[in-house]
Amino acid sequence: MGSIGAKDVPQLLDANGRRIDGRGLEDLRPLRITAGPLQQAEGSAFVEWGDNKVMAAVYGPREVHPRHLQQTTKAVVQCKYNMAAFSVDERKRPGLDRRSQEISKVIAEAFESVLFVEEYPRTSIDIYIEVLQANAGTRCAGVVAASVALADAGIPMVDLVPAVAVGKVAGTIVLDLKKEEDNYGEADLPMALVPRSGRLVLLQMEGHMTRDELKRSLDLGVTGCKKIYEVQKQALRDRYAVSAPSAGAEVAA
Amino acid sequence: MGRGGGGGGERVLVLPGEEVPAQGLKPGFGTYRSRDDGKIYASVMGLLSPRPPFVRVIPLSGRYIPQRDDMVVGVIQAVGPTYWLLDIRAPHFTPLHMTGTPWQMEYGECGEYLRPGETVIVRVEGIDEQRRIGVSMNGPGLGKLEGGYVVEISPTKVPRVIGKSGSMIQMIQQDTGAKLVVGQNGRVWIEGDNDQIRRVREVLALIDREGQKVGLTDRVKALLDTQAGRTPQHEDYDRPSRDSGEGGSEEVHDGSPPRPPKGEVQGPTYFEEGQEFEEETQHG
Repeated sequence: MGSIGAKDVPQLLDANGRRIDGRGLEDLRPLRITAGPLQQAEGSAFVEWGDNKVMAAVYGPREVHPRHLQQTTKAVVQCKYNMAAFSVDERKRPGLDRRSQEISKVIAEAFESVLFVEEYPRTSIDIYIEVLQANAGTRCAGVVAASVALADAGIPMVDLVPAVAVGKVAGTIVLDLKKEEDNYGEADLPMALVPRSGRLVLLQMEGHMTRDELKRSLDLGVTGCKKIYEVQKQALRDRYAVSAPSAGAEVAA
Repeated sequence: MGRGGGGGGERVLVLPGEEVPAQGLKPGFGTYRSRDDGKIYASVMGLLSPRPPFVRVIPLSGRYIPQRDDMVVGVIQAVGPTYWLLDIRAPHFTPLHMTGTPWQMEYGECGEYLRPGETVIVRVEGIDEQRRIGVSMNGPGLGKLEGGYVVEISPTKVPRVIGKSGSMIQMIQQDTGAKLVVGQNGRVWIEGDNDQIRRVREVLALIDREGQKVGLTDRVKALLDTQAGRTPQHEDYDRPSRDSGEGGSEEVHDGSPPRPPKGEVQGPTYFEEGQEFEEETQHG
């Protein structure tokens, strides 16, 4: 603490190992997923995760636009991740930027390895992710939402894809960073998992970790993903509940 | 778990990535065999429906997957010199060649017969390995659909609209007085006056929403009664009605002759009301 230029760095961990919002080191923020909120889309999902609010809509398989992207042996997966201008404290300039292009690309590639793209040659599967409110971990929330939306759209896939970020905060490995932890922490490690096979389809890192910390982070992330996986499944079951439907799947942190 | 027990077949809802009890069966539609452990898993969200030698999952949502001999309701999207492009709700637009119509016509005359936005009922002639679809308008019950109103429902709910041996569609037609043509692609063409169309739309919305649940026939009956101002009879929704044995609780494919096995290819094998459907389109 007290390093040069550090201003108003919040205390991210207290003496009892409680985090800035009172969570333990390995607790998720409250997660709530609603499957199928949109009429127009073929599949959709709304994810409220801590202070994140993310909507995903899926279209396809359908004709590819622009045409030259079409592949004769498989479907192309196109993803557009976008943050609303009002999603962050200071107005975000709307439209594509380097960050959203990168996130769109890694999410599209993550799902391309999970969907049975060979089933639909010469088509496009389009995923739209709109971040309405952001509080760190929106790409993970986007993956979680998109995965439920794809299942809702009836597109064949190997498994649902949960995602979560692990980070290093005040020298400690913690699960599911929130904004302050992301901004002032030492590392951020978002990942997306295919629970059935145990493979990671998205893994990025910002900041620094030791090899040992990385290993522990991956283990912690996988554990977190499995909890999120259950919420995703419950959201889909609720959508087609044979009994009375409930409002949405939830997990208390 | 999504077990909707009750009278008829037990319905188990499976989600992508959930293991499917294989019992020596091969992976059919909506499933895959994992290269990691050799077990069979679901690839779509749907209802488990084993049909030896395959285990299948009947999807609850998704695009229409064309199958040979399906009758589908298409909307003209574009007109070419010798063909039209149809939207049949498949992943691709589908060409209808002028030789596949009952009309004697010359090169360049397509626009004089069918214009964009018009509705036709056609038969799927075949699909190749690139998923190119061929359709024809030659045959009984096929042709241009004039007037009327088109409603879209999920293609997977089509067997429920038709019902066992066409019982559901007959009930709807008799009660409302409207004429229906149901395409296997989930497009329903309705002919009738505004009130009749309104009633049919409400019924179709009910089937689309609750078609996977038990006791569908009773609920449709109740809705028809309410619409007509009759007092709905109270029925025990948990029990399928005894007379027809329908009750919305039969497996989607019951009562139709089994299709020949299609080999290991994951072919969709769940729209199986062909015969009843053909009858319907003839008087429909």
